[in-house]
Parts: sequence; C-alpha cells; structure tokens
Amino acid sequence: MEVLTLSRIQFAATISFHYIYPPLSIGLGVLLVIMEAAWLKTKNPIYHQMARFWTKVFALTFAIGVATGIVMEFEFGTNWATYSKFVGDVFGSALAAEGIFAFFLESGFLAVLLFGWDKVGRKMHFFSTCMVCLGAHFSAVWIVVANSWMQTPTGYHIVGEGLKARAEVTDFWQVVFNPSMLDRLFHTICGAWQAGAFLVISVSAWYVLKNKFANFARASLRISLTVALIASLLQLASGHHSAQGVGKNQPAKLAAFEGLYNTTSNAPLTAIGYVDEKNERVVGLQIPGMLSFLDHNDFHAAVTGLDAFAPQDRPPVAASFFFFHGMVTAGLATIGISALGCLFAWRRTLFQQRWLLWLLVFSVLGPQIANQFGWFAAEVGRQPWLVYGLMRTPEGLSKVVQANVVLTSLILFTFIYFLLFAVFIYLLNDKIQHGPHDDDLIPSGKLTLPDELTEHKKP
Amino acid sequence: MNFDLNTIWFILVGVLFTGYAMLDGFDLGIGALHLFTKKDEERRVLLNSIGPVWDGNEVWLVTGGGALFAAFPNVYATVFSGFYLAFYLLLAALIFRAVAIEFRSKQPMKWWRQMWDVSFSVGSILSSLLIGVALGNLACGIPIGADGEFAGTFLGLLRPYPLLVGVTTVALFMMHGAIYGVMKTEGALHDKLRRWAMNSIIFFVICATTTTMATLLYVPHITARVHENPWLFSLVLANMLSIANIPREFHRGKDWLAFLSSCAAMISLMALFAIDQYPNMVFSRPNPENSLTIYNSSSSPKTLGIMLIIAGIGVPIVIAYTICIYWIFRGKVKMDRMSY
Ligand code: HDD
Ligand code: HEM
Ligand code: HEM
Repeated sequence: MEVLTLSRIQFAATISFHYIYPPLSIGLGVLLVIMEAAWLKTKNPIYHQMARFWTKVFALTFAIGVATGIVMEFEFGTNWATYSKFVGDVFGSALAAEGIFAFFLESGFLAVLLFGWDKVGRKMHFFSTCMVCLGAHFSAVWIVVANSWMQTPTGYHIVGEGLKARAEVTDFWQVVFNPSMLDRLFHTICGAWQAGAFLVISVSAWYVLKNKFANFARASLRISLTVALIASLLQLASGHHSAQGVGKNQPAKLAAFEGLYNTTSNAPLTAIGYVDEKNERVVGLQIPGMLSFLDHNDFHAAVTGLDAFAPQDRPPVAASFFFFHGMVTAGLATIGISALGCLFAWRRTLFQQRWLLWLLVFSVLGPQIANQFGWFAAEVGRQPWLVYGLMRTPEGLSKVVQANVVLTSLILFTFIYFLLFAVFIYLLNDKIQHGPHDDDLIPSGKLTLPDELTEHKKP
Repeated sequence: MNFDLNTIWFILVGVLFTGYAMLDGFDLGIGALHLFTKKDEERRVLLNSIGPVWDGNEVWLVTGGGALFAAFPNVYATVFSGFYLAFYLLLAALIFRAVAIEFRSKQPMKWWRQMWDVSFSVGSILSSLLIGVALGNLACGIPIGADGEFAGTFLGLLRPYPLLVGVTTVALFMMHGAIYGVMKTEGALHDKLRRWAMNSIIFFVICATTTTMATLLYVPHITARVHENPWLFSLVLANMLSIANIPREFHRGKDWLAFLSSCAAMISLMALFAIDQYPNMVFSRPNPENSLTIYNSSSSPKTLGIMLIIAGIGVPIVIAYTICIYWIFRGKVKMDRMSY
C-alpha cells in the first residue's frame, strides 16, 4: 500500500480509538458534578457513594483518553508534515490553546477529584469536580474549533506560492467562530453527554436486573435517564441545524450524505436504503420532499446534487451515506430509549419492565456508534479536501516518510490499542462486578460534617 | 539578539520543555527506579508519590508540542516527520507508562502487577532515553535538505553522541526522581531511596562529565559559540555549581534544597543549550545554510502576537493552581482506599 492510504488508515484508527474515551469523560464529568451537587444539597450519603464509584470509572476512561491523546497531538507532525506547514499558523494556535486552557485544568484538578477525598473539604472537592468537567469541555471546544476550521476555513489569507504557500491568520475570532464551529461544538458536546449518561444507565439497569445495589442503582438511573433524555432531544435539534449548515457551507457533503446525484426540487429523504454508486441512484424507502424541507424549510426548494461538482471534487458517496444514516438511526434510537425509560420511571413501573431494562443495558452502544459514525460521516464527506477548498488530502502528506515506516507504526499501534481496549473492558467489568463500596456511605476525613462525625463515631 | 516575537517564542517553547524536564523528569525517574525495590507495598508507595501529579506534568510536553506547532510549524513538521520511528517509539513508551500507573494496582494477581511494573519502568526509561537522544541530535545537528526536510535516516539518529546524551538524561531523571522520592517517603523505603539517590548522583556526574568532553570534541559549533562569548562560561559554571550542590545539600539532610539544585542544573543546562542554538531551532549539519531558524520557520507575527496573549492569560492561571495542587498533596505519601 502507498503512504497515503496507510497514513489515512492510521489517522482514522488512532483518532477513532481516542474518541471512544473523551466523550465518556466529558459526559461522566457532567454526571459527577450533578451527583456531588445533589450530595452537597441533600447530604444524602447515597450521592456520595455514587460520586465515589463513578469517579473510579472516570479515572479509567480518563487514563486511556490521555494516553491515546498524546499520539494525536504529534501525528499531524509525523504523518501530515506538509499540511502542518501549510496550516500551522492557524491550526497550531488552537492545539496550543487546548493545552493551556483545557488539559492543564483537567489534569490538575483531577488530582483533587481522585485523591483529594480525604484531604480537602466538601466545597473544595466539588469545585475541583466542576473544574475537571469544565476542562474536559474546553478540550472539546478547542479541538472542534481546529477541526471545523478545516471544514469551513475563514479568517485567513494565503501567503507565498507553490511549495512555500501557507495560510496565515487575518482575523483570530473569525478563525475561532468559523461558520460550522458552533453547530458542531454543540453537537459534539451533546453526543458526549449522551455517551456518559448511557454508560451510567447501562450499568445501573444491569444492577437492577441482577438485584444488586438496589438503592444505588435506582438513584443513578433517575439522574442518568434525565440527562440522557435532555441530551438526546437537544442532539436532534442540533443535528438538524448542523445539516442545514452543511447544506449551506459544504453542499457536496450534504448531497453525499443523502446520495443525491442530481439537483432536484422536492428532494426526497431516504429513511432506509443504500447507494448504488454504479448507477448513481439510491435504493430504499424515501419520503418525497423531506430533504428539501429539512434543508430549506420548504418542500419544493431545490437541493444541490453531486452533478453540480466536477467528479474529482466529489466525496465518496456510499460511505458518507452509510455513516450519516447510521448515525441518525442510532441517534433516533437513543431518543426513543431514553424517552421510554423516563416514561416508565415517571409512572414508577420502570423496575418491573425487564425487557426495557435489558434494552437499557445495551443502549450504551447507541451513542458510541453515533459518535463514531458522525465523525466518519463528517470526515469522509469532507474528502477529497483536507482543508476544504484549499488543500487536497494527498497534498498534506509528509514528504520524507516512507510506506514501510508507516506500516510499522500502524501495526505497532493496532496491536497496542487492541491490548488497551481488552484491558479497559476487563477492568471496567471488574469495577462493575464489584460495584459501589459500602464504606463510601460514610464520608471520611475532611469530608465529614461535624454532626455526621458524632453520629457515626458514637459506639 | 533582539527581543522580537520570534525570540520571545523561542524562549517560551524552551521554558515549556524545561518545565517538562523538571516536573515529568522526577516521575520518569521514579519509574526508572521502580523495579529496584521488590516489595509490593513499596512499589505502591512509589506510584502514589507521583499519583496525583504525573498527568499534569505530562501536559507540559503536550503543551510544548502545541506551542511548537503554533509558533514554529516548520520545525514541528520537519522534526516529527524526520524522527518518525523514534517518535512512535516514544509515544508507545509514554502510553505503556501512563496506563501502567493506572492499571497496576487494580488487580491482586502477581503476574498482573509484574507485567505493569515492567511496562511502567521500561516505558519510563525508554521515554527518558529517547527524549535525550532527540535532544542530542538537535544539539549536534541533523542533515536538512534545501527543501527544509530531514535528509537523514532513522539509524543515522542513533549516533554515539546523541546516545550518550540519552543515557545522561536517564541518569539525570533517575537522580531527580530519587531525590523527589526521598522527600515523599518514610522508613525503610526512604533509606533505600537515599542510597539510590547517592548512586544516581554519581552515575549522573560521570555521564555529565563524559557528555561535556564529547561536546567539546565532537560538536564544534557549540564550542565555537562559547569561545566567541566568554560570558557563557558563567552559565557553565552555574551549571557545575548547582550539580555540585546536590550531594552537599543532600548530606546536610536538606533534601528540598537538593531537589531545587537539581532543577537549577536542568535550567542552566537548557539555557546553555538554547543559547548555543540561537537563532537556530534545528541546526543543519553538514549544510548549515539549510538550518531551520526562528525566522525562516516561524508563524506570522500576527499569530505569534495572538499566542502571546493566550499564553499571558493562561500560563499564570496554570502556575497558580499547579502550586495549589502541589500544596494540597505536600508531605509524605499516605495510603488510603483511593490510592493506586
Ligand atoms: C451521540 C452522538 C450523536 C448523535 C445521537 C447524533 N450525532 Fe450527528 N454527529 C456526532 C454525534 C452524534 C458527532 C460525532 O459529534 C459529529 C461528528 C463531527 C461533529 O461535529 O459532530 C456529528 C456530525 C453530524 C453532522 C455533520 C456535521 C459536519 O459535517 O460538520 C450532521 C449533519 C449531523 N451530525 C446530524 C445529526 C442528526 C440529524 C442526528 C439525529 C438524531 C444526529 N446527528 C445524531
Ligand atoms: C486530532 C485531534 C485530537 C488531538 C490532537 C487530541 C489531543 C489530546 C491529547 C494530547 C490529550 C491528552 C492530554 C493530557 O495529557 O491530559 C487528549 C485528551 C483528551 N481529549 Fe483529545 N485530541 C484530539 C481529539 C479530541 C476530540 C475530538 C475530543 C472531544 C471532542 C477530545 C477531547 C479530549 C478530552 C476530554 C481529553 C482528556 C482525556 C479524557 O477525558 O479522556 N480530543 N487529547
Ligand atoms: C474524534 C473523532 C474523529 C474521527 C472518528 C475522525 C475520523 C477520521 C477519518 C475516518 C479520517 C479519514 C477520512 C478519509 O480518509 O476519508 C480522518 C482524517 C483526518 N481527520 Fe479526522 N476524525 C476525528 C477527529 C478529527 C479532529 C478533531 C481533527 C482535527 C483537529 C481531525 C483531522 C483530520 C485529519 C488531518 C485527517 C487526515 C486527512 C484526511 O484523510 O482527511 N479529525 N479522520
């Protein structure tokens, strides 16, 4: 295989693997803040036990998130050196800002979150949890700024010619608030909240089914189902808004998402189907006019098709279509599942519905699939551009890197990541089997309130 | 030397990597010493001595990388693609090291703990070595083509001089880590660490002397710089004094001052290195005219200015809460049920 293919496979593999973990950390971070806030407010120790247990899971996802993130930070330089030279002026700032504003904050206060339980007071501990959560969100902000600029570049001009050409910043705020940034940031963060919430849902539902840690599981389910429903509904709205943005800023991508070969008014939306690339058509169940409506709020508006673009400027259609529809399907499923869960919880019959509880156990895969497919849709749909309209993907490669070295690193990291994933699942399962600690019902060290001290220390 | 934005960023990138060496240096050093003790309990104490801080320390490297990308994209691109395999080895070492800290004490099985102990220690040693080798290569210069791309090979990076610098770095971090360990432990482990610290000081002094001599013999452009600017000898002197001060303070039982002296040694070494390089970022040998300098490889003044604002806002906040966190976790390691 050539360098291009190998580098693309490697980038896709490393970032996809990284992206399993940060959404979990971001989402769990929000849930930890809610749990600790509930504990501070109600003083009910069950919330303390919850926070402690989920902190341990958080530590696990965080550790792998960090370990795999470092690879990403340097992969632009190793494999995409020409690209790095071309965009360094614009793109590097976002990565540096991520380090200064996000990673330091997160890793610093994580120390207090994990190891500070007995060393600091309740308020300080809660503050640290908030800072970790905020830090995790900031990393999403800066990395999405960077990636969105590649999708819809603004605020720059091109200096120099030929090999020396590069993009330079003209307006920093235009770089940050590039046209797709807010949509995609909001969408990514909602996806992360879903990922975290559904993990908690899944584990708690399993405890309920196995009749273990009943109080703990029920309280966790109540919080996580609420967060999941809110995030899933927001996600629908945000996805819709994103799609309209794509229609405006990257019409070729939207056309690929829906397999629309010819510009049509009254364009249909495919509910289920696939793309027949040879005959340039979509086979499946279609709702007439729906795409026009979603894109332009008008059933009869014309939607640009792939025919408006030269063949060498079109993204791979079948893959874009597949990943996009996979994401939307998974997304709709998360809405349905969390809505059902909330409905039955509200009618106080959730814990009798074993079928639903089993569904909740497996629902953890929904947001993960949607998150991965979402990125694949966004990135494959951006092809053949590396920086939209400015630089094609093959042009960004490192010049001095040979295929055999990329193959070496690819094999090495595939091996390492499989190992890491297996250990992660093993340890996560172990944590879940052990469940929350009964000692955690009694806060210790400086976390104890004076009245609790007297209560528990009394013989 | 004039204080333009490029120079300021040259200094700032240097500060970030020096911060990385001073902070992550001690936990890489703890990793290098980890296998010397066979007792499970003592290994756990060692891990918990760096437990709350190692991740924050590693962020200095990440941010240093980000700052290099933003301020000197050509250096970032040329060095990372040129040192491709070496960097992937470094990344693999850092990964194993990081997850080993987190995973090791999660299971009681002997083989499990043994496996992660080895990956923690080997990962730490290999990371220190590779960082040193990279530094050594930059110090003695690497072949750069007229197109600004690396023109050497992977094996070409493993020359004797850079390897020597690599070993010296391992020794430096071991010493640094042992002194840190002495400050954080009590009892039998404390006494052992004190012995290891003395030994690693000796190991480091031998390495450092050899490296200095090798530099004088084989890296003419650095020697030439010192000849032209005799005041640089004061830096060399400061460096030697701070190294000599480490065993002195250590004997007097002032471990904290020994740790600071070790930091001072790193700062003066990096300063010396930076001044010898300036204004080159990557010195090209054999064709010096192809060197990547802070001018021909930097971002636009506008970006450097924006970044300076970002750093001006961010860095003081980071330093403030980093100090708070070290303060919260001051004192000897105490194990509790959240410990590794
Ligand atoms: C749990 C995660 C999740 C869920 C439920 C959804 N998405 Fe999504 N989607 C993402 C996670 C995601 C993502 C991983 O966060 C992406 C990739 C890049 C980005 O900005 O967000 C994304 C990208 C993405 C894009 C491409 C944006 C671009 O090209 O820049 C569109 C148009 C949508 N989504 C639309 C939807 C719609 C209509 C959904 C209906 C329910 C939906 N998403 C659910
Ligand atoms: C190519 C793109 C990316 C790069 C270069 C990158 C870089 C990194 C690095 C270096 C770390 C480790 C920081 C540390 O040592 O503490 C990290 C962790 C993290 N990254 Fe990424 N990252 C990328 C993509 C993403 C995306 C898309 C998101 C989220 C939307 C994200 C969110 C996070 C978070 C929250 C962490 C903290 C660790 C965790 O929570 O698991 N990153 N990333
Ligand atoms: C976190 C989730 C992400 C996933 C799952 C993902 C997935 C992918 C995939 C599948 C490709 C290959 C596309 C193709 O070749 O058709 C790719 C390429 C790429 N992505 Fe992403 N990506 C993610 C985030 C990011 C982020 C945050 C950035 C930038 C900050 C980024 C920058 C790039 C670059 C530079 C390439 C290589 C050039 C290319 O092949 O297009 N990606 N990514």
